[in-house]
Amino acid sequence: METRPDLIRVEKLTKKYNHGQVVALHENDLTVKRGEVVAIIGPSGSGKSTFLRCLNLLEKPTSGHIYFDGVDLADRSVDINLHRRKMGMVFQHFNLFPHKTVLQNITMAPVTLKLKTPAEAEAKAKQLLERIGLPDKINEYPNMLSGGQKQRIAIIRALAMEPEVMLFDEPTSALDPEMVGEVLDLMRDLAKDGMTMVVVTHEMGFAREVAERVIFMDSGSILEENTPAELFDHPQNPRTQLFLSKVL
Amino acid sequence: MWWSNLFTDMSPASFFNFSFLPKYGVFFIQGIEYTLMLAVVSVLLAVIPALMLALMRLSKNKLIHAISGAYIALFRSTPLLVQLSIIYFGLFGVINIPRYSLFGFVDISRFIPGVVALALNSSAYVAEIFRAGILAVDKGQTEASRSLGLSAWQTMRLVVLPQAIKNVLPALANEIITMVKESSICSTLGMAELMFGAKAVASSTYITLAPYTLAALIYFCINYPASKGIEAIERRMRRGDKA
Ligand SMILES: Nc1ncnc2c1ncn2[C@@H]1O[C@H](COP(=O)(O)OP(=O)(O)O)[C@@H](O)[C@H]1O
Ligand SMILES: [Mg+2]
Repeated sequence: METRPDLIRVEKLTKKYNHGQVVALHENDLTVKRGEVVAIIGPSGSGKSTFLRCLNLLEKPTSGHIYFDGVDLADRSVDINLHRRKMGMVFQHFNLFPHKTVLQNITMAPVTLKLKTPAEAEAKAKQLLERIGLPDKINEYPNMLSGGQKQRIAIIRALAMEPEVMLFDEPTSALDPEMVGEVLDLMRDLAKDGMTMVVVTHEMGFAREVAERVIFMDSGSILEENTPAELFDHPQNPRTQLFLSKVL
Repeated sequence: MWWSNLFTDMSPASFFNFSFLPKYGVFFIQGIEYTLMLAVVSVLLAVIPALMLALMRLSKNKLIHAISGAYIALFRSTPLLVQLSIIYFGLFGVINIPRYSLFGFVDISRFIPGVVALALNSSAYVAEIFRAGILAVDKGQTEASRSLGLSAWQTMRLVVLPQAIKNVLPALANEIITMVKESSICSTLGMAELMFGAKAVASSTYITLAPYTLAALIYFCINYPASKGIEAIERRMRRGDKA
């Protein structure tokens, strides 16, 4: 029996754009348990990014609830800044701060938010850089790094906040093929360490291997969710079947 | 030719009759210094108000947005000479500045009103430069910062503004060049800048043309190389960003 507590519980999450003309998400429910790795797959424009970005309120849900550790983030009275600290996010285009060194990229948030002293934050940054094998890049600026290095540093920048969940939005889609592996390796590593992860991805191999559960989205709705083995080998929904027949 | 006697008393040489220089050259030297001081000081003074106007312009609060919009519209839609006159006779008709002379030729009771008027005017333009610079910073930067838990203001201060300001430095330098030219209008209120120097020389020597030719040459020799230099720096910056 599943005994891990829920970390994120999404209820009837709906997001509309352009005064309701575009329905990016329609009444989606999802539960993510502590330590679980969930992959979200689906065709382009199906609402995967919007769903992920609603989880930390980078997009404001039109309606529905997002319970994080029991607190409804969609409630206006909630201080979202406090909760975002516990939700790391990794973007397709890395979004490192180009005017800051690698070290400053990693330490800015924990120091500014007074979660760590500069010395503590620096020690943590060094330890994280050590972990990804880039300790010598500590004083470089992002424009001196390869795409794979940028993305791995973006990941440890989020880890430096010691988050409870990591959200990934197609973290390898903007990478040259030869750099995809190093980023997936790091993510695999994180999963092994028990990090709760929600990963939007086109890497079906990774989803199958690392995710405990795979979610299929199309036209703003979660149409199917199952273990990777079931979902990839015995898809139930015709749309899932069609999508998988194209990408696998 | 029918037009041949239109220019009878204006030989090409009269454009360049700089015979006044040995005696009156100092007017031009001091004029250049005065002009540069007006331009540089007014744009520097404009930076902080302009930044505030730009942030107000980007605010979601309708009133704050409107106040800043009104200021910018007002200063961009009326002539600088009119603004200068109103500030000089209106604002500084009430505020009295002692007649004290800086470097022997900058009368601060004229210089300060002039510089304030230019700065108020310039801040409307610089505000738009800042606003464009802020909007030009990739949205992903804000999202990355907010996703780490930083507030909107912390994000603006630590992530967006440093990048925006770097991007607008060339435009800011161009604003100084604009002010070098625009400040010539201060001559009408007795500020001893370059144009005022030219006028003074023209009226005391009865050489009516050449002092202005010389002023034009000086303006050109300041502004043209400066704007070319800024262009070169801009190109280098853009190349650096791509790397
Ligand atoms: N800011 C926005 N304004 C209007 N429509 C949007 C916006 N963001 C996303 N959409 C629309 O919402 C739908 C889902 O987009 P998205 O979540 O980016 O899909 P995915 O990540 O699966 O490719 C698309 O139809 C997209 O055009
Ligand atoms: Mg997407």
